[in-house]
Amino acid sequence: MSILIDKDTRLLVQGITGREGLFHSNKMMNYGTKIVAGVTPMKGGDWVLNGKVPVFDTMKRAVKATGANCSVIFVPARFAVDAMLEAIDAEIPLIVCITEGVPIQGMMRVCNYMDHKTACLIGPNCPGLITPGECKVGIIPGDITEQGRVGVVSRSGTLTYEVLYALKQHGRGVSTCVGIGGDPINGTSFIDILGLFEGDPNTDRVVLIGEIGGTDEERAAEYISDHMTKPVIALIAGKTAPPGKRMGHAGAIIEGGSGLAADKIRVLKNAGVAIAEYPEQIPELID
Amino acid sequence: MKLHEYQSKRLFAKYGIPIPRGRVAATASEAKLIAEELGGRVVVKSQVLVGGRGKTGGVRLAHDAEEAEDLATQIMGMKIKGLPVRKVLIDEAANIRTEIYLGVANDRRARCPVMIASAEGGIEIEEVARTMPEKIIRLHLDPTQKLRRYQSFYIAQSIELPRDLWRDFYKIAYGLYEAYLNTDANLAEINPLVITDDGRLLALDGKMVLDDNALFLHAELEEMRDLDEEAPEERRARMYGLSYVKLDGNIGCMVNGAGLAMVTMDVIKLFGGEPANFLDIGGGAGAEKVSAALRIILSDPNVKAILINVFGGITRCDEVARGVLSALEEMESNIPMIARLVGTNEEGGRRLLAKSNMITAISLADAAQKAVAAVKKGDAE
Repeated sequence: MSILIDKDTRLLVQGITGREGLFHSNKMMNYGTKIVAGVTPMKGGDWVLNGKVPVFDTMKRAVKATGANCSVIFVPARFAVDAMLEAIDAEIPLIVCITEGVPIQGMMRVCNYMDHKTACLIGPNCPGLITPGECKVGIIPGDITEQGRVGVVSRSGTLTYEVLYALKQHGRGVSTCVGIGGDPINGTSFIDILGLFEGDPNTDRVVLIGEIGGTDEERAAEYISDHMTKPVIALIAGKTAPPGKRMGHAGAIIEGGSGLAADKIRVLKNAGVAIAEYPEQIPELID
Repeated sequence: MKLHEYQSKRLFAKYGIPIPRGRVAATASEAKLIAEELGGRVVVKSQVLVGGRGKTGGVRLAHDAEEAEDLATQIMGMKIKGLPVRKVLIDEAANIRTEIYLGVANDRRARCPVMIASAEGGIEIEEVARTMPEKIIRLHLDPTQKLRRYQSFYIAQSIELPRDLWRDFYKIAYGLYEAYLNTDANLAEINPLVITDDGRLLALDGKMVLDDNALFLHAELEEMRDLDEEAPEERRARMYGLSYVKLDGNIGCMVNGAGLAMVTMDVIKLFGGEPANFLDIGGGAGAEKVSAALRIILSDPNVKAILINVFGGITRCDEVARGVLSALEEMESNIPMIARLVGTNEEGGRRLLAKSNMITAISLADAAQKAVAAVKKGDAE
């Protein structure tokens, strides 16, 4: 068991014929993910990945023909809003947008549209998800983590890999790892994923990786103290970041005195969360 | 991308928002000429991309054109919060009865735009939020709709605006929301929006911050970017697709990924060091990009040690090593370097770096401790 994705996930790749899309589709397939379709407008009828995966022009056709139940988006930023809206319209229940650099107002319109629909959107600007041993959707390297009982949820990319690697080195495996993305506005927040982990019988404890900017960690703290019975360990990046400067991720910025790492750490501690100073400390805090 | 006051107000004017008569000047004599044209009292306003210009003497009132010229000379010799003043805006002076705040911003939590207003204008809204939070009115807006009349009336009533100004206020609030939507802004702000002593609404100051990720939709706005306002190293980094922020410490960092880069800085600090910068080489960086990154770090004279932390996923450790070596060939350097390479092709990377005098580390904590020790050793010598 796991959350969101497993061995029965039927994955569709939006932008499968692009450089990134094709490269990572290969990796996902080699990991064991069932890729059932790709979509690239005006390339419908092609077959990719050694002729195993059909390409469609539109999402509606692809979903109808293949029964895909999850979509991962690799299209360039200028087409990403379109791709997300198309996936929502095609009634795909789980949409994962890897693309970085999506305009914020575009995301506002996507979220606004989603309010009237049932889709779950992860990202954008995220590394995707992995349920070790079963399925990976996105770009998380498959060999740095193995099956286990720790749930991981993160706003970061390589920092997540670092944590997965540290867990593996200490013999700790993962039930599912979800990268929710580093943008100011994303489809899914910490609390959505924490709720899923709380209800997952195969997850014993959760690692939360946050960073400066916004109030997602503060809301997570509130949720943890009100609803979580499983222990949570957190790592918050950006204690040394100066205010007013964007630290790479569009969402990682301290604005108007809010979004400070110290504030996030304080409220998480108050909610009973163990705080790690650096990735290698996380396995120690679990033991 | 931040816009200057004069650029923001010019945009506002296009959306029907009344602004004072005035123009921007790059020299004192130009300032005088504009003041003569306007006649009467003018305000000489420094155009730099920081808040709090007024408090530092960057905004001054001139009674005639001669005085405007003098003040422009003074102000253009100033540095405000480290930024040199290269332009001044010469605006007709207004007689102010009341100052209001009106802005539109992104509400991250509600995932939609929010219009913010306050009867306490003229001071920074963060200050109002801290000291008089009850004086701030917030209204969430639908990003797919235009501002409705009743929404502006709700705000007008909440800030106790006289009823005879509600129609004009609607036009201004409507225009501001249109400006925000049409430019993909993160922030569009009028502070202060004043009521003049003859009872008109006027946008005395304007501020806009645009979404860098949306500039591909607005080529005409990208041209407004003021390259002078960016630190030269940060501009160079941007050209190479690197994300770089200079800090005050002495341990340079080169990392792949923003979150990991921040944690690397935090760990340096945890073990008693001070990071010299944030630098994210991004995913899948080639040797050329890595080399550029290292050259940027080496050009900072404060740097006494460099920590390279790469967790290879799409980034290949051997590519990183090649980039490091090529930068070192170009720039002689005795600065101690600590490398921690893990992941894709890490063996190849380590083998390449073995030929140089690089200190290697097995973990991030180990690398940070070695970097701090290297700085201390350098100081002792």
